[in-house]
Amino acid sequence: MLAMALALATTGGGYLLVLAVIVPVIGMLLSLVVGGRHAERIAFALMPAGLGLALAIAIEVWVTGQPLVYILGGWPPPLGIALRADGFSAVMLVTAALVIAAAGYFARGGFATPPGVAEKRAPLAFWTLLQGLWAALAVVFLGGDLFNLYVALELLTFAAVPLVCLDGRPETLAAALRYLLFALFGSVLYLLGAALLYGTYGTLDIVLLADRTAAEPLVAPAVGFAAGLMTAGLLAKTALFPLHLWLPPAHANAPPPASAVLSALVVKASFFLIVRLWFDVMPGLASAAVTTLLAALGAAAILFGSVLALRQARLKLLIAYSTVAQIGYLFLMFPLAIGGHPWSAEAWSGGVMQTLSHAFAKAAMFLAAGVVYEQLGHDRIAELRGIGRAMPMAIFAFGLGGLSLMGLPPSGGFAAKWLLMQASVESGQWAWAVVMLVGGLLAGGYVYRVVAPALDRATVALKAPASRRREAVALALALGAVLLGFAPPEFFDLLQIGRPVAMAALR
Amino acid sequence: MSAAILAGLTGAALVGLGLYGLLTDPHPLRKILAFNILGSGVFLLFGIIARKGAAAGFAADPVPQAMVITGIVVAFSATALAVTLLLRLFQETRRATLEPDAPAKTPDAGVDG
Amino acid sequence: MSVIQALDIGLALLVLAVAGWTIAAREAFASVVGYVAYGLLLSLVWVRLFAVDVALTEAAIGSGVTGVLLISAVVRLRKTEAPAAAERPGVVLRALAAALCTVVAAALAAVVLLMPDPGATLAPEAGQHLGELGVGNPITAVLIAYRSFDTMLEKVVLILAVIGVWSLASDGNWGGVAGPRRGARPEGALAFLAQLLPPLGIVVAIHIVWVGANEPGGAFQGGAILAAMALIVLMARLTEAPEIRRRWLRLALIAGPAVFLVVGIAGFAIPGSFLAYPAGWAKPLILLIEAFMTLSIAATLPMLVIGPPDRPPS
Repeated sequence: MLAMALALATTGGGYLLVLAVIVPVIGMLLSLVVGGRHAERIAFALMPAGLGLALAIAIEVWVTGQPLVYILGGWPPPLGIALRADGFSAVMLVTAALVIAAAGYFARGGFATPPGVAEKRAPLAFWTLLQGLWAALAVVFLGGDLFNLYVALELLTFAAVPLVCLDGRPETLAAALRYLLFALFGSVLYLLGAALLYGTYGTLDIVLLADRTAAEPLVAPAVGFAAGLMTAGLLAKTALFPLHLWLPPAHANAPPPASAVLSALVVKASFFLIVRLWFDVMPGLASAAVTTLLAALGAAAILFGSVLALRQARLKLLIAYSTVAQIGYLFLMFPLAIGGHPWSAEAWSGGVMQTLSHAFAKAAMFLAAGVVYEQLGHDRIAELRGIGRAMPMAIFAFGLGGLSLMGLPPSGGFAAKWLLMQASVESGQWAWAVVMLVGGLLAGGYVYRVVAPALDRATVALKAPASRRREAVALALALGAVLLGFAPPEFFDLLQIGRPVAMAALR
Repeated sequence: MSAAILAGLTGAALVGLGLYGLLTDPHPLRKILAFNILGSGVFLLFGIIARKGAAAGFAADPVPQAMVITGIVVAFSATALAVTLLLRLFQETRRATLEPDAPAKTPDAGVDG
Repeated sequence: MSVIQALDIGLALLVLAVAGWTIAAREAFASVVGYVAYGLLLSLVWVRLFAVDVALTEAAIGSGVTGVLLISAVVRLRKTEAPAAAERPGVVLRALAAALCTVVAAALAAVVLLMPDPGATLAPEAGQHLGELGVGNPITAVLIAYRSFDTMLEKVVLILAVIGVWSLASDGNWGGVAGPRRGARPEGALAFLAQLLPPLGIVVAIHIVWVGANEPGGAFQGGAILAAMALIVLMARLTEAPEIRRRWLRLALIAGPAVFLVVGIAGFAIPGSFLAYPAGWAKPLILLIEAFMTLSIAATLPMLVIGPPDRPPS
């Protein structure tokens, strides 16, 4: 009861949640009005502020050991909307701020307004959309109301889709349109589910819904149906196998900083909501059949995505199929982390760790591939022989990111897969451990396909001079993925804050 | 049968119709139309939920109605973005297809590892 | 069965028939025309659900503005229909899809029939605070007070959509007049309508926004009517669309959410909560926000309909 009252009143530091959302919104609106090169300047001026806010939220959650809450307009749910940040939201916010800042720094120059020009199309669109995407992610990670989260998902779609086709090539237009249709299909299913939940419980607030579903689970057939519809919609947006068809062309053809943000963050947003739905809103409904089905699709994604990544001729497509595979790992946490078993906490940590480390690793790899493309004028894997000497940092970044994907120490990917594997052994669900091992081997295969010829002693003809700055950005992100492998125990405590089962034990 | 139940059943049927069009019609414009029909079916379900929530002197619960108004505006912007993308795709390729391999104008075409 | 019931059933059947036509019609043009009619019929259904605010929105945006957008698109895409028809999936796949959709629709129908009546509702809570907000229309209270955060973000969605649409211009045309090049100024009915309707429409729109605080109506409906007037004037070529580089146009686009944010941030100071209105100030602040939202919607919707610039700035 106490926890319930806490979730319906603004906590100390709650205003930080509002700022985390409105800072990028204000930046986007201002950028559009003043236009030109100011859009880029505004985005850069606000990135440190966004990172500072995300860190402040994480520290506040960690210090108080409780989720932060802000009641918007002073109207408490169910009538009004609450913003809430638990441990998972906090680390996602920090990750988003870091990856967006890195992608932005990488994009400098590529999306610069040339001197003498008042305003150019691609730069204005890129910098405004990037800030819009950042705002959308903040709402997804903080939103406490399922309809508000629907608006956040749409915000994310409208920011992400035009980024795919910023260079206007026909194949990018087709990829963007396909992506848009999949995303809209996903949102409409999600909205349908939300309607049924509102009709049953008279609220869309996550905490209130959790309370009411716990009090009367399956009060109506509507609830199970709603959960199924919302999950299916969110899976289409997350591109979990077999709904992944839109992802490879969209992520592989977008400009590199956009690919990095899309693969690292945007697909994670809908995954984050699936976790919210099954762990927070209706844990009672997450039967073994449901969690096993999700994990089985995840396992299929790991195998299918990895095998296709092995067969791609282009580097960026290889990385995009690797995203399909790595998304699969995320879903292995469902049968392992649900409930209050001894292994649930470590499986939860493993799932979150996989979300974070893949974000850093994949952003690093897409940016590294961007450097390769820029300097060679192509990204054909068969012709990468010897590029390691021309762009050592980029290849090193790709390799380190690959290390994390394979799950080798020291890396966040190792920590994630180790935790998940331990949980699957402890819970007697061996099959998932086997899939993870096979997935790791396959990842090793597709990373080797790129790194081995790159380290060859051959000379390559470069089209453009190397940009050490961009290589360094990719490397910094890859080091972030490695650094996660050294996360102290306190970091894992932070991830547990607000986890429903953990909170129930505290009560 | 009340008008609300009837509208709810109509909404359910519209969801089915829209879904069918979205899945089976290959033309993107027709997919966009189907998406709108699917969406309006979902809105109608919000409508019946609002109507069943008639209370306190109101003929319908205002909260789901407000959500529908928000939803209609969002659906329109989605339609506009999708149509503009489609028109641009047509301008570039003189076709309107989502098949990924169809416009083979890529610089890398024909090269394989 | 009463007459009203018979009419309701007739309306439902008609809506379904027109929707079926929209999905099944052989030619895309016929399908689009079907869709516009469908939108109008749907707004009648909304009236029958005692949701006049929604009915107005559906008629203005769902049918009207969307209709203009789709009709101009289908005319330009006529040549693509035959090649696309060749990609149609086979009978087996279509039958499978039909079976799946029937199952989904049947399950939904069952859920609808099984839902408790009276159902869950927030109507009493929503009604409780109307006095302190000074508005009589509970939907306006939800949109601009209880769930104002949604409304503000939704306006940001519209702006991102405009940026997305504009981003599809070619580099050389960036900054130019929005929308495709048009031919000669049309004569006759359209030109006549374009001179006659806008003054009337503007009056109606202002009325709808003004009464929206207490009666059905509000920023969305009023803004959509203004947008429709702007579209008629543009189609009749009485005036040229603005260049997208214009500062005033961009200010008009963001005015709604900007004012929303300013009022919201002021709420941090008095009464001490983001997006809260100080006691006694709610009504004027709500009207202020509604006015700027109307302006933004009236600017945004035509930009979304006419599309990216097609010629370089002057």
